[in-house]
Amino acid sequence: MIYNFLNMDGYGLYVFSSFIFTLVSFAGLYLIIKSQLIKEQKKFKAKFGSLTADKILLARTQKTNKEILTAGIFSKI
Amino acid sequence: MYKITEMKFFNQNKILNLSFRSQKIILIFFLLILSIGLFEALVLSPEDYLQGDAVRIMYVHVPAAWMSLGIFSFIAFLSVLVFIFKNKNFILIAKSIAPSGFIFNIIALVTGSIWGRPTWGTWWAWDARITSMLILALFYLMYLMAWRIFENKNYVLKVTSFIAIFGSINVPIVKFSVDWWSTLHQPSSVNLISKTTIHSSMLIPLSIMTAAFVLFSLLIFLMKYNTELIKIKNKGLDRL
Repeated sequence: MIYNFLNMDGYGLYVFSSFIFTLVSFAGLYLIIKSQLIKEQKKFKAKFGSLTADKILLARTQKTNKEILTAGIFSKI
Repeated sequence: MYKITEMKFFNQNKILNLSFRSQKIILIFFLLILSIGLFEALVLSPEDYLQGDAVRIMYVHVPAAWMSLGIFSFIAFLSVLVFIFKNKNFILIAKSIAPSGFIFNIIALVTGSIWGRPTWGTWWAWDARITSMLILALFYLMYLMAWRIFENKNYVLKVTSFIAIFGSINVPIVKFSVDWWSTLHQPSSVNLISKTTIHSSMLIPLSIMTAAFVLFSLLIFLMKYNTELIKIKNKGLDRL
């Protein structure tokens, strides 16, 4: 039964290679984009940490900066 | 006058907040729908009376082709809006959605080539549909490369918008190539306006896989959009 499913009347190689290629492409793109996001988040947090106290206060007034700094808890996927 | 830049929908803070929160949910939904779609496509759906089990390749090939065409059209539409409204968010959205469109295009080409071997007896043919899809992939590649090559903001904006708008001429050629020329591809079986000729036992898995592909594209878009926004904020911190 498993052999029949994998063989698919001789078309199994074509069918499964198509599906595997699709899933590998998805996984590859996801990992690339995810690593870019983590890299930028780390860079942002490092830069934010190196700011002087008055600059931190100024940066904190920007809503988007707050979102990025609190994003860690939401983006760990 | 109410400017488009003031619309709540285009508020970067709101989009960033929403995208951070929704990524996990979208990923879970994507995996769930993809699993159902794969089970339907590989196990439950019937084989074709002519092509046999090779028809199952359709469940990844067709949604990928639809997505790549749809995304490129959307990028072109956003590029036109950039020229009209001068809104930075349109640029960011277009730039963020392009990688998934390119991947869908590559998937459509590769799975189409694999499908062609058992059905047409060849991996590749210079038929109108395949060639126009290859041209679309080249436009995607040019669009993505332009963002990497050019550093001048105004210049890269003009170049990428030109590539997207000029490349959009190719979209109807891809779509109607099967009607305008004699090609190896059959005319479309799924139509929004006229009658859909595909049986429901095949239309259901095709629809589920399309939904999974849409969710994947949305997930990649949100992650890429966040990355681009944080990049801008990083530069903003340097200027403080």
